[in-house]
Amino acid sequence: MSRTQNSKLKTQNSAIVEVRGLKKYFPVFSGLFTQRVVGWVKAVDDVSFSIRRGETLGLVGESGCGKTTTGRCILQLERVTEGEILFEGQDLTRLGDAELRLLRRHMQIVFQDPYSSLNPRMTIGQIIGEPIWVHRLLRDRGECRDRVEELLTLVGLNPLMAQRYPHELSGGQRQRVGIARALALEARFVVCDEPVSALDVSIQAQIINLLEELQGRFSLTYLFIAHDLSVVRHISDRIVVMYLGRVAEIADRVELYESPLHPYTQALLSAVPVPDPAVEAQRERVVLKGEVPSPMNPPSGCVFHPRCPIAVEECGQIVPQLREIRPDHWVACSRV
Amino acid sequence: MRQYILKRVLLMIPTLLGVAVLVFFLLRVLPGDIVELKYAGTGTYAPKQAIERERAQLGLDKPLWQQFLSWIWGIVRFDFGQSMWTGRPITHEIAIRLELSVELALMATLVAVLISIPLGTLAALRQDSWVDYFVRVFSIAGLAIPSFWLGILMILVFIIYFRWLPPLTFTSFWVNPKANLMQLVWPALAVGYRYSAVATRMTRSAVLEVLREDYIRTARAKGLWEKVILVRHALKNALLPVITVIGLEFAFLVGGLVVTEQVFNLNGIGKLFVEAISQRDYTMVQSLVLLTSFVFIFVNFVVDLINAWLDPRIRYQ
Repeated sequence: MSRTQNSKLKTQNSAIVEVRGLKKYFPVFSGLFTQRVVGWVKAVDDVSFSIRRGETLGLVGESGCGKTTTGRCILQLERVTEGEILFEGQDLTRLGDAELRLLRRHMQIVFQDPYSSLNPRMTIGQIIGEPIWVHRLLRDRGECRDRVEELLTLVGLNPLMAQRYPHELSGGQRQRVGIARALALEARFVVCDEPVSALDVSIQAQIINLLEELQGRFSLTYLFIAHDLSVVRHISDRIVVMYLGRVAEIADRVELYESPLHPYTQALLSAVPVPDPAVEAQRERVVLKGEVPSPMNPPSGCVFHPRCPIAVEECGQIVPQLREIRPDHWVACSRV
Repeated sequence: MRQYILKRVLLMIPTLLGVAVLVFFLLRVLPGDIVELKYAGTGTYAPKQAIERERAQLGLDKPLWQQFLSWIWGIVRFDFGQSMWTGRPITHEIAIRLELSVELALMATLVAVLISIPLGTLAALRQDSWVDYFVRVFSIAGLAIPSFWLGILMILVFIIYFRWLPPLTFTSFWVNPKANLMQLVWPALAVGYRYSAVATRMTRSAVLEVLREDYIRTARAKGLWEKVILVRHALKNALLPVITVIGLEFAFLVGGLVVTEQVFNLNGIGKLFVEAISQRDYTMVQSLVLLTSFVFIFVNFVVDLINAWLDPRIRYQ
């Protein structure tokens, strides 16, 4: 008992970001003349987890499960419907625009699409230099240019790229620009929102290695959002599995991949193909029935119960809470 | 870039030549003849010889291809010839009216820009609020209300409340700026309002589209002020289609505003155009069509250059 309390206490102290009861509902409008709200898409529904300083927390789930929305809500790029986001102990949801703007220095994001997330009308140098200038980190144009060149070298680009426009760069190069931009303000916490899913496999590895290298160098904390399970396994320390706007399971990387407890995690992991054809042919796969329900009208009780292989009748009535089944291994399933 | 400009300028020549061929032969196909119309006006009997003599004098008795070539040869030497109706040089007839038309077009464009860009942006920023609805109704009304009707309403209001009447003669801006502006500001408002409607709607939709772009989210994540995000990141990108629309409308205005000129008693290109067509003043119509085509092509070209300058993705090799 005291051991678990101790570890909990330690967790809370070392957390750089804490998400408590986060909800994000998007209104659905209808009506010909007067736009009325006819429903809500529950993109994120009561999600809690914490991110420890210096770690990489993987956030996985199918598309549409709310992982990107969670990431954006943490950085306040979307206003949350309910819940708290503590960044170094400060609740971001209560801050005004001006205070938030100053805090943005410390928390940055690398976007999924390196094509559309860079302003086509600005040179690479302007894109990376703009935050430095706006936050008055450097007040001298020459110094600012030097810093941009330094950042470009840091992410493995030629400093001469500063003169180029985004459309002149390849996808991998642009993603490096996105990373350099995120680092320009010496952020401590970076949300990587599917940073490699738009890239070729060979480029993916380069970007992942770059992210890891930079993490070691600047002791960064990452929230790594992805749907590619092997990428997440490679880079993460701990992993959060989401399903339909809710957290299904949180565990250490090794623990999660070796002994997943939530039936959804088990199904998800068994969907990853094994490179060895002999093993692939023999292994047993957990195949889920049906489709992901609409987040506008999620199932009652446990949102996973209509597709769950081990569901019983009561799963449709009781919303399972996250329980610590093993040390540091949390599962939201009443059947485990 | 220099090569591109040169290419575009050279490409104007075949386009204008095509216009010249088209307008020249279309005019000859029209029923009615300038000489007959001239005599019809006098109401007296016209002897056949007199008509023939008049035709020969205007060069209308020669074969069409000869008439065409001599007209083109004149244009190459910047000699547009004389009006077949009045006999005065065409360049003179156009010059005295062009100043008014260009000035009116410029003022109307200014009015339109001043209305459309702030209103369109505001509507986009406050999408689906009462501000947005107001702007949308305002701009739809601009499209729906004919500018001559708006002009008549304006004149009525001015006569009743300000005892203002449209002056009978045009005063050049260089002679008396105040009188000139007093005369043109009302037609400019009437035309500019209508013309702002399209541009407002274009601005609104372009800003809405750009605000949903990922790089706007990037800008927000950088921690920029909303004002900087709006001006530097959103507006700069949204203005490209707006500039295109405004450029085309400007060219259209230089070509003359037939009805508005009538309502405000302005002697501009539009009025000259209508008169020339109804009098079958071949040389005059030909020159005017050529002039408006040239303005269209030229303004398009300038708009393309501005867009290339504003958007680094547009490169002309």
